[in-house]
Amino acid sequence: MTLLSVQDLTVEAGAAQVQVVRRLSFDLEPGKILALVGESGSGKTMAARSILGLMPPQLKLAAGRLEFDGIDLAALPAKELSRIRGARIGMIFQEPMTSLNPALPIGRQMEEALRLHLGLSRAECRRKIVTMLERIKMPDPQACLRAYPHEFSGGMRQRIMIASVMLTKPALLIADEPTTALDTLIQHDVLNLMTELAAENGTAVLLISHDLGMVARYAEDVVVMKNGEAVERGKTRTVLATPSHPYTQKLVDALPRRSEGGDRDETPRKPLVQLDAVRVAYPGPTRLIGKSEPKEVVHGVDLTIAEGETLGLVGASGSGKTTIGRAIVGLETVSGGGIRFRGQPIDLTDPATRSDVQIIFQDPFSSLDPRQRIAEIIGEPLKLDRQLTVRARRDRVRDVCDEVGLPQEFLSRLPHQLSGGQRQRVAIARAIVRCPAFVVADEPVSALDMTVQKQILALIRELQDRHGFGCLFISHDLGAVEQVADRVAVIEAGNIVEVGRRDDIFDRPQADYTKRLLDAAMLLSRSFAGAAPAPASA
Amino acid sequence: MNILSRMGIGGWIGGAVALALVVLAVAGSWIAPHDPVALDLRARFAAPGTAGHLLGADEFGRDILSRLIYGARVSILIAIFTVMQAMLVGLTLGILAGYFRGWTDRVISVLNDSALAFPGLLLALGIMAVVGASATAMVIALGFAFAPAVVRVTRATVMSIREKEFVEASRVIGNAEGITMWRHVMPNCIAPLTVLATGMFGWVILAESALSFLGLGVPPPAPSWGNMLAAARPFIQDAPFLIVLPGICISVTLLGVNLLGDALRDIMDPRMQK
Amino acid sequence: MIRFLVGRLAMAVPTLIIISIAVFLMMRAIPGDPATAMLGDLATPEMIARLKARMGLDQPLPVQYFVWLGDILTGDFGRSISTGDLVLPLMLERFQISALIVVTAVFLASAVAIPLGMFAAWRQGSAWDLSTVAVSTFLLSLPSFWLGLIILMIFGLRLGWFPVLGTIGMSEGGWTKIAALIMPVLTLLLIEMGAILRMIRASTIEVLRQEYITHARAKGLSEWTVMWRHAFRNAFAPTWTLIGLILGALLGGIAVVETVFTIPGLGRLLVQAIYTRDYPVVQGCILMIAVTYVLLNLLIDMLYPVFDPKVAR
Repeated sequence: MTLLSVQDLTVEAGAAQVQVVRRLSFDLEPGKILALVGESGSGKTMAARSILGLMPPQLKLAAGRLEFDGIDLAALPAKELSRIRGARIGMIFQEPMTSLNPALPIGRQMEEALRLHLGLSRAECRRKIVTMLERIKMPDPQACLRAYPHEFSGGMRQRIMIASVMLTKPALLIADEPTTALDTLIQHDVLNLMTELAAENGTAVLLISHDLGMVARYAEDVVVMKNGEAVERGKTRTVLATPSHPYTQKLVDALPRRSEGGDRDETPRKPLVQLDAVRVAYPGPTRLIGKSEPKEVVHGVDLTIAEGETLGLVGASGSGKTTIGRAIVGLETVSGGGIRFRGQPIDLTDPATRSDVQIIFQDPFSSLDPRQRIAEIIGEPLKLDRQLTVRARRDRVRDVCDEVGLPQEFLSRLPHQLSGGQRQRVAIARAIVRCPAFVVADEPVSALDMTVQKQILALIRELQDRHGFGCLFISHDLGAVEQVADRVAVIEAGNIVEVGRRDDIFDRPQADYTKRLLDAAMLLSRSFAGAAPAPASA
Repeated sequence: MNILSRMGIGGWIGGAVALALVVLAVAGSWIAPHDPVALDLRARFAAPGTAGHLLGADEFGRDILSRLIYGARVSILIAIFTVMQAMLVGLTLGILAGYFRGWTDRVISVLNDSALAFPGLLLALGIMAVVGASATAMVIALGFAFAPAVVRVTRATVMSIREKEFVEASRVIGNAEGITMWRHVMPNCIAPLTVLATGMFGWVILAESALSFLGLGVPPPAPSWGNMLAAARPFIQDAPFLIVLPGICISVTLLGVNLLGDALRDIMDPRMQK
Repeated sequence: MIRFLVGRLAMAVPTLIIISIAVFLMMRAIPGDPATAMLGDLATPEMIARLKARMGLDQPLPVQYFVWLGDILTGDFGRSISTGDLVLPLMLERFQISALIVVTAVFLASAVAIPLGMFAAWRQGSAWDLSTVAVSTFLLSLPSFWLGLIILMIFGLRLGWFPVLGTIGMSEGGWTKIAALIMPVLTLLLIEMGAILRMIRASTIEVLRQEYITHARAKGLSEWTVMWRHAFRNAFAPTWTLIGLILGALLGGIAVVETVFTIPGLGRLLVQAIYTRDYPVVQGCILMIAVTYVLLNLLIDMLYPVFDPKVAR
C-alpha cells in the first residue's frame, strides 16, 4: 500500500509560468524514508512544499495528483487540507533560527497542533509535551515550556521542532534540509533523533537534501532532481553505487573523496607560518560605566604550516577556527603568544609580508565590493605595486582570470551578475594575483553547491601545486578537508586537540573528539563500508 | 543607462515633480505673470479664472499664481540649503564616529541621541525663538534640527559597511585605512544617504511651511506656501481657494519627493542593475 | 530582564542632563541678557542690575546652571513675563489638552491602520493592497495644518457640525468640549494613519516571509490564528517604536494643529510665548515637551520586550 503517491506534479512560477517542478512522480510507502536530492534550484523544496500547499504566493500548482492515503491533496479545499496539515502530515524546516516564532514561549508553540487536532485540554497537552521533551533528553522540560526560542542553540531548536511535529504522531513527515544549518556532530544527533522518532511512530519520512552522503546513510529510496525534473530514482544504494544518469554520476563524483595519497613529496619543508601559544580574546559588550570581561575564544594554540603544504583546520562553529585564520592575516588582534612568518615575528605593516599573506573568505556574496567591476576587484592589489604599468596590470589580471577558469568577458561585470562559484573564483584570483606565499582559505566552499564545491577545491589544489603557496584550510566539513589537506589539525572550543598527517587523523584518530567527529561525518565511503548503523526504519 | 526604465510610474511622477520645482525655482521670475508683492486693490479676492489673475488674488489683490511660483522658489532654496547644511554637519560627525569609533564615537553618539530627543520641529522652534524669524535663521534652525538624523544614519551605515568582508579584504590586500574608507566604505554609503537626503527634502519643506504657517518662518510680505496659508486663515469662509491652492502645492511637492525617494531606494541598490 | 530595564533607565539619564544643559544654554544665548529680556523695554539699568544679582547672573555659568537646575527640579519654572502667572501650573493645564488630542489621535490611528495594514500585507499585490499603499502615500504627503483647514472648512463651516473656534468650545465643557476636539483629533489621525499603515504593512510582509509562519500553517492553524498569534506580535514590534516617535513628534508639532483649530494647548502656549518673547514660558514648554518625549520613548522601549523577548536578554 502506498502512503503518498505523487504523479506528474508540475509547479509554475509567476506570470511567465516558468516550471519550477516538471512532471515529478514518486511513491512513498508507510514507515519508509524517501529522499529528494538535488542542488539549489532543482525544485526539490518547492515539490515538498506543494504537498501541503505551502508554496510562496507567486508559485502555483499547475498540474498533477498528490494522493495521500487515498485523498488527492491537490484538489482538497483549504479547510479540509488544514485538517491534514500538522495532524497527519508534519513538516520540519531548514533554518532552526527562523522556524520557531521568536515572540512565543516554546510550550505555547508545541501545544498548538495538539489542541487543534486532538482537542486536548491545556493540562493534557503539557503532560504530553513534557513527556516528549524528556524523550528527546531536553534538560529541565518544565523550564523549557516557558522559555523562548532565542534561549536555545540551533541544534536544540531543531530537536524541539522535531519533537513538536512528532507530538501528533503524523503518518508522514516532510523534512526540508533539516540539518543543513547545523554542525556535523549536531547534524548526526538531530538526524538520529528524527529517524528514531519516525520509527517509533511508524511515520514515513520525505527527506529533502542536497547532501548525498547523508541521504546514503538514512534513506532507502532516492529521487535525484535537476532543474525541476527527476533524472534518476531507485534504491539509494543502487543509485549511488551505479549511477546511470550523467548528472547523478556528476553528483556522486562530487562527493568528497580522498585524493590519492603520495602525490606530495614527503621531504621536510621549511616552516612558513608558526603560531606560538596564540590567544585571541574579544572585548566584552561595551557598558556605559566600567568594562566587561573580555571573552577569550582561542586559548594558546600552537600550529605550524610549512611552505607549500595545506593544513586543514577542522572544528565546529564557535570553536575559534575562523578566529585563528583571521588573526594570521591581521584581522584579529592577538592577545597572547605570537605568530612567526618565515621564522621572524610577523609584521604585516611591511608591504612585502602584507602581500605575501592573503585570505579567501567564506561568503563570496559579501567578500566582493558590490560596486566594483570584476577587473577592478582582481586588479586592486596590483595597484599597490608601484612598478607595474597600467598595461602590465591589465595583462596580469587577464592571466589570473585564465588561471582560475574565469572567462575574460566576466571582467567587465559586477559581482551580483555572477554565480556563487564564479564569485569564489574571483575571490581566489584576488588572493593570488600577487603570488602570495601563504593563503588562509576560510570555509571557501561551504556556501556552494556540491558539484561547484568539487571544482573549487580542485582549483585550490591545482593553484597550490603550480605556485607552491602554503595554505591554512579552515572548514567544518571533514569531507572537504580530506580532499585538500596534507595535514589536519582538529580544534575544539579554542584548543587544538589533535594534529597529524591527514591519513593518520582520518584512519587512526587518537583524540576522543576527533573520533566522534569522524563518526558523525556523513562520508559516503564509510556509509557503504557498513560502519554506520543501518537506517532506523529498516 | 537603463535607470529610466527601472523607475516605475512612481519614480516618473516624482522625477517630473522634482524637475518642475527646479524649473520654477530657477526660472520663476520669468514665468510668473506678476510681481508677487505688487498690490492691486481692485482685484482683492478675485476668484480663480479672473482675467489677469489666473488663480485669483488675495486680500491685497496680489496675484496668487505669482505668489505660488515665488513661494516654490523660497521653499526649494530653503530646503536645498537646509539639506546641504544638515548633510554636511551630519556626514562629518557620522563619519568621524564611524571611522574612529571608541571614545569619539561614544561622545558623538550620546550628544546626538540627546539632540534626537528633541522632536525636530521643537528644536527648530527653540532656535527660531532665540534668533528670531528670517529665512537664514530658518535654514540654520532646520539644519540643526535634521542633522542628528543624518549623523545616526551615516554612523550606522559606516559601521555596518566597515564590518563587511569586502572591506576586510581590502585591508588584507594591504590598502591603507584611508584608501579602504575612500574606495570601499564611502561609495557604499552613498545609496542610503541619497535616499535619506531625498526624504529629508520633503520633511524640510513640510517643516518650513509649518513654521511659516505659525508666523515663525519666512516673514511676510515675501511669499511662502506656509505664510500664504496663515494669511488666508481669517478668510477661510469667503475665499477658500486661498487655502486650497497653497496646500495643493505643498502636498504635490511632498508626494513627488516621497515617490522619488521610494524609486531611488530601489534604483540605488546595485543588485537591481541588470 | 531587570538588568535590561535598569540599563535602559540609566541610558536616559545622560540624555536628560544634556537636554537640560541645551535648554539652559539656549536661554542664555538669547541676544541681550535674560534680565533685560524679562523686564522688557522700560527697565532702568538699576532694575536690571538688581534683577541680575537676584537671578544669580553675576555668578559663573556652571554655578548658574546648577542653581537653575535646582529650581527646575523643585518645580520652580518662574513666572510668565506677560501675565505674571506661575509657569508650571499654566503648562500642566495646557499639557492636558494637548496630550488628550495626541494620545487619542495616535490610539485611534493605530486601531484603524494596524488591521488595515496587516490585511493589505496578507493580500500583498491585490487591488486592496495597492489602494492601501496609494492612500497611505497620499496621506503622508498632506501637511497637517492644511488638512486641518480643509476639515475645518468642510465640517466646521459648510456642515456646521463642530465649533469653529476651539477656545470657545473648550471653555464650555461637556459635549461642546468633546466636539471641539473631534476635528483636531481627526486631522492628526488621518495624517499618522499613513505612516503607521506603511510601517505595519512593510513589517508584516517581512514577517510573513519567515519560516515560522510557514511552520504555523504546516501545523494546520487557520489563517486567522496564523495572522493573529504568529504574525501580529512580531510585525507590531517596529510599529510600536514608531508610535513612540510619532507621539513625540506630534507633541513637538502640536502647535500647528492647535493654531488651526484655536485650541489652547501647550503648543499654542509655546508659540504665543515666542511671539511675546515670554522666555520663562518658552523655556518651560521646550523642557517639558523634550522631557516628555524622552520619558515616553523610555516607556515604549521598556515595554518592547513584550513583543520581542530577544532584546531583554
